[in-house]
Amino acid sequence: MPEGRLDRYPGYDVLRKRDTPSWNDVTRRVIDARLAISDRPRFLSETDWATLQAICERVVPQPPDRPAIPVAALVDDKLCRDDGDGYRNAKLPRLREAWQRGLRAIDAEARVAHGTGFVALDGDAQDALLRAAKQGDLRHPAWEGMPSDVFFDARLLRDIVHAYYSHPTAWSEIGFGGPASPRGYVRMDFDRRDRWEAVEAKGGDEAEVRRRNQRVG
Amino acid sequence: MSDDPQQTPRAKDGRAPDVFHEGGWIPMREYRETDEVDFVLVGTGAGGGTLACRLAEAGFSVVALDAGPYWRPLEDFASDEVEQNKLYWTDERICDGENPLQLGSNNSGKSVGGSTVHFAMVSLRFRPEWFKARSLLGYGADWPLDWREMWHYYREVEQALKIAGPVTYPWGPKRPRYPYRPHEVNAAGLVLAKGAEALGIDWVPTPLATLSAPRGNSPPCVYRGFCTIGCSTNAKQSALITWIPRAIRAGAEIRDLAMVGRVETDRDGGRVTGVRYQREGRWRFQRARNVVVAGYAIETPRLLLNSATDRWPDGLANSSGLVGKNLMVQANQAVWGTMDEEIRWYKGPPSLALTEHWNYEDDGKDFFGGYAIMSQGPLPALWASTQAIDRDLWGEALIQEMQKYNHQVGLKIVGEMLPQERNRVTLADETDQYGLPIARVTYSWCDNDHRLIDHALRSMTQAMQAVGARELWEQRNDTCHLNGTARMGDDPRSSVVDADCRSWDIPNLWICDGSVFPTVGGVNPSLTIQAIACRTGDRIKALAARGEL
Repeated sequence: MPEGRLDRYPGYDVLRKRDTPSWNDVTRRVIDARLAISDRPRFLSETDWATLQAICERVVPQPPDRPAIPVAALVDDKLCRDDGDGYRNAKLPRLREAWQRGLRAIDAEARVAHGTGFVALDGDAQDALLRAAKQGDLRHPAWEGMPSDVFFDARLLRDIVHAYYSHPTAWSEIGFGGPASPRGYVRMDFDRRDRWEAVEAKGGDEAEVRRRNQRVG
Repeated sequence: MSDDPQQTPRAKDGRAPDVFHEGGWIPMREYRETDEVDFVLVGTGAGGGTLACRLAEAGFSVVALDAGPYWRPLEDFASDEVEQNKLYWTDERICDGENPLQLGSNNSGKSVGGSTVHFAMVSLRFRPEWFKARSLLGYGADWPLDWREMWHYYREVEQALKIAGPVTYPWGPKRPRYPYRPHEVNAAGLVLAKGAEALGIDWVPTPLATLSAPRGNSPPCVYRGFCTIGCSTNAKQSALITWIPRAIRAGAEIRDLAMVGRVETDRDGGRVTGVRYQREGRWRFQRARNVVVAGYAIETPRLLLNSATDRWPDGLANSSGLVGKNLMVQANQAVWGTMDEEIRWYKGPPSLALTEHWNYEDDGKDFFGGYAIMSQGPLPALWASTQAIDRDLWGEALIQEMQKYNHQVGLKIVGEMLPQERNRVTLADETDQYGLPIARVTYSWCDNDHRLIDHALRSMTQAMQAVGARELWEQRNDTCHLNGTARMGDDPRSSVVDADCRSWDIPNLWICDGSVFPTVGGVNPSLTIQAIACRTGDRIKALAARGEL
């Protein structure tokens, strides 16, 4: 589980580059606004919000030793802005409708199978239900004909995973350089890094790597 | 007044944004809607932007409309995947068929400059034989164009965009050296190079429309790696910063945030008279002697179908019944893996190395067509959702896999798919924010498409194994680019436009974008679209001189 997670980039924080030539004004504006999104719903109802939060914890579990990325709030923000993809599978309704219907259907499936809402299930039962959705096996009337597998891939996974990896905390976690305009990069070859890129720990060198990463900027 | 370019038009009152300076302006000629201009163009991307420039420089009066905003990249473009969603066509479209397409960020632009604002800059010529695919290679359809003439126009576009590429190109007839030196190849590209060498096939640094040395107001590329969400330094030679400023200098007017809903015809339907479009919340009409539709392979047929009249009940330019049919995307499959070395593929343009070997080598193929293989560098949110959906990775497994981001590598194809009439754009019952019926896009792969994909996945797997990549996996479900839906040809019964992009049915209605492709080949289409636009500009000039417009 998350506590045992390998930290390949100890001490690296992409936000330390905020005031360097790697960030232009518009990037600072956009990321500041994202970091200011509070962890509460603006579009979804409280019930749907609770279900979404529980799903996010299964899809992108987070370690307890750092501030959590408000993944559900980022998805809710997308719904609030009705920020569509520009296309949709003919089997899906529009963005907002798909999410509302999908969240209610997953909760309804939990009640049929376990006599309790999705939020109250343990992690294994939640995962089993999500896997059934991925397989297209869920047919509760609450889906109103929307195939659970299409919803799972095209909306649930796509939007949640996209939200998590649009957050600077996730960029730091994977050692991504983050915003890079106008400075860009110089060293492009194998095993080369510019001094404004994350240092990777190779095992046993965490303390030194942490010190070096705290100077990245 | 709001300076949100998505809310308030910028190109008006005699000026247009200066794309090279924050807050800057350049003077722009304006026409009245009652002026019957020589040409009104719908769309300002690789087709419309290029042709607007060529027509204005030839002395025609030109108004070019685009549904999207007019960006100044230096002040408007963030290094952020979510924010830059603003570059894409995100109005609703419905996708069905056996292999429903993914559109939006993948292949649709909504900006002055069109998709060239976010394209990956890969600038390749067609293999000469592809222009006679039916006669010489036995599939698809022949183009009404000669490859030697097209190669002349390719050269012109390569010079206009100062393409950075290799001194010698190992495939096809000899070509001159590229105008600018090739870019340094990043580690992701070197993986392709080593893989190709291990297989005994050629590779090159990719010819790219981003500068390797300064040019005018554009600096050389700084390898920031966000190319497919918009270049914030102006190194990328998009239509927005090349053809369009030239067009304005030559007297063209650009109207941003101008959504065309209908091409109007005269009473007997024999000629078009202009376009009805919405701007600043009001429907307007621009008179024109000629209309050029250049909205790319979904919006172009949608507009022609939405312009149906009593005389043309199936839509304009559609007596052949082919408007909207033969939509062609390209196969975009990949093989991904993990290396011991740090790759850090987020640095540099995404495809710095490529091989066109299987575009030119026909031996051993059990399919028609070809494909190019390119190195890759996906940004985190796109990459994570790709892995989640295509590898069924989520939960702790996804988080752990994403920890390998800086060691992951991949090869991806741009592969030829065959034209099929069942792959098409039609009108859906739903309407958009302008009240216009939206597009339904139907797509199914054919057996040949599947065979090409299988072959490509095998070659890429071999190359990846040869360089010691581990944990290989195949991404099968992806496509890119949009072409077809208004094909050019020699016969009005089997094509929509002639070689000059002029519609067979209505002599002053033209189509100039990727819609006119009869086949797609195995290379990215933007260079060919721009070459066709340059040729069309020259042909219109010649026709006008002979009084045949």
